[in-house]
Amino acid sequence: MILELDGVTARYPGAERDALTGVTLGVAKGELLAVLGPNGSGKTTLIRVALGAMKPAAGVARVSGRPAHEWDRRALARVAAVVTQREETAFPQRVRDAVLLGRYPHLPPFTAPRAADRAAVRDALAACDAEALAGRWIETLSGGEHQRVRLARALAQEPELLVLDEPTASLDVRHEMALFEQIRSLVDARGLAALVITHQVNLAARFADRVVLLSGGAPAGAGTPANVLTRETVERVFDWPVAIQSFDDRPQMVPLRRVLPSHRSS
Amino acid sequence: MKWGGLVGAALLTLTLAVVLGPTRIPLGELAGSEIVRDLRVPRALLGFLVGGSLAVSGAGLQALVRNPLADPFLLGLSGGAGLGAVGAIALRLPGPWALPIAAFAGALAAMALVYRLALVSGAALDPRVLLLAGVVVGSFAAAITTAIVSLSEAEQLRNAFLWLWGGLSGASWTTVGVLAVYLPLPLLLLLGSARSLDLMALGDEPAGYLGADVTRVRRRVYLAASLLTAAAVAVSGVIGFVGLIIPHAGRMGWGHRHRTLLPVSFLGGGVLLVLADTLARTAVAPRELPVGIVTALIGVPVFALLLRRWVRA
Repeated sequence: MILELDGVTARYPGAERDALTGVTLGVAKGELLAVLGPNGSGKTTLIRVALGAMKPAAGVARVSGRPAHEWDRRALARVAAVVTQREETAFPQRVRDAVLLGRYPHLPPFTAPRAADRAAVRDALAACDAEALAGRWIETLSGGEHQRVRLARALAQEPELLVLDEPTASLDVRHEMALFEQIRSLVDARGLAALVITHQVNLAARFADRVVLLSGGAPAGAGTPANVLTRETVERVFDWPVAIQSFDDRPQMVPLRRVLPSHRSS
Repeated sequence: MKWGGLVGAALLTLTLAVVLGPTRIPLGELAGSEIVRDLRVPRALLGFLVGGSLAVSGAGLQALVRNPLADPFLLGLSGGAGLGAVGAIALRLPGPWALPIAAFAGALAAMALVYRLALVSGAALDPRVLLLAGVVVGSFAAAITTAIVSLSEAEQLRNAFLWLWGGLSGASWTTVGVLAVYLPLPLLLLLGSARSLDLMALGDEPAGYLGADVTRVRRRVYLAASLLTAAAVAVSGVIGFVGLIIPHAGRMGWGHRHRTLLPVSFLGGGVLLVLADTLARTAVAPRELPVGIVTALIGVPVFALLLRRWVRA
């Protein structure tokens, strides 16, 4: 297991209730785990605890067997790369330089990027089909292009574990499918472990090997998509009536209307 | 090429600063002249060190608070230093070092107060709170300074005014020596944080996941920038615009990587201040303009030109 959470409970200072309660999960090499849950279910907190940015109140999060909050940050960034939901662009930057930031955990202090670093940047851009963007300014990218560049930066870290927080938020259907296919092929081809946080039930069901469902910070199911994503569970967690159908042997959810169109009622 | 130009500009301005002055000295007699040896050379070197320190400090702080408007004096340091200096002038503290030491102490006191206020929100040193704390501490110190100045006599008033607009007339080999010993530590601290500063532009959380120890970097950069500014203000008063404009000019020419930007800022800041000081000494000789006025008069138009070119590109 590259990443393990064992009975993790976490609470923000001053908060009235736990942001996470008793969450247990694991991600191994060559595996894509999706953490699913509605807004406010503790998904982003889970990343913070998993990567040692926040210390759990109970339980433990381990990266490669070592408690996450004990890792030196630079060393951890060589093992685990995170594509956060948001980031700032206070000063303009070109794509090539932005991806080069992914090499920083590998660079000794006071050292200029070496040939190997430039090669890693090129490979990462190629793997994300973003070579043509290298000279562009970050602010001129579309949402889908920017996500590809951020994924390339994460790959430039040459991590064993890739963590993505809502990577398809604000992407249209073509770009969200393309991104998930990209992640899936990275997991399959390079043996990466991937943890994808999302509220997109159908994408998770199509691409993930296993899913963990979170509800109010607590686990509400874990296992293969077919086992976890039943109508009862999804309805309870997302608090909305759904129908579950099967497509490619994967469950797919169709949200139902609670108020039926008037012309149908008779 | 760009580097060559910058180094060339540095050498040229330093040479001009030594050759030009209110007293005309023939080129052949420069080497033997006491005016050159005891006044112009140390003054040029001091100007270069001060200008460089202010610009590096500005570059670091802009990245730290993720705000392109930040400058070394935004965080209350000038207010504290001004209060210290004016206090020393009003109390007629004796000795050549009374004023710089009082200014330095004032700057550090302001820094400590701002830092303490910014920690109220927790140990994270929130950049927004830091900015606000800097502005209020600076304003408070400025109010007391003005109160002291308004109650003091005419000659003291003039001294205080000149100091508040900055000047390098206190330059000597001793001040140059003190700075040369003092500056390397904060400069190296900042240069050592260069890569973390690049990451901080993304925001705290992404920077942390890319390996930056955000809290530690922020403390270190704040401390180093404050130490640079406090020293600069102690020997030369409040010299504005260098720390705001030079880092931006550097970004336009050299990009955002602090490993390059910090050295570029040092050279650029040195060039601007030495040039400004040469003008301040010679334009209305035998009198002198406060150099802060000249940095504004040169810096702002040059900056406006650069900005236009940059926006068009």
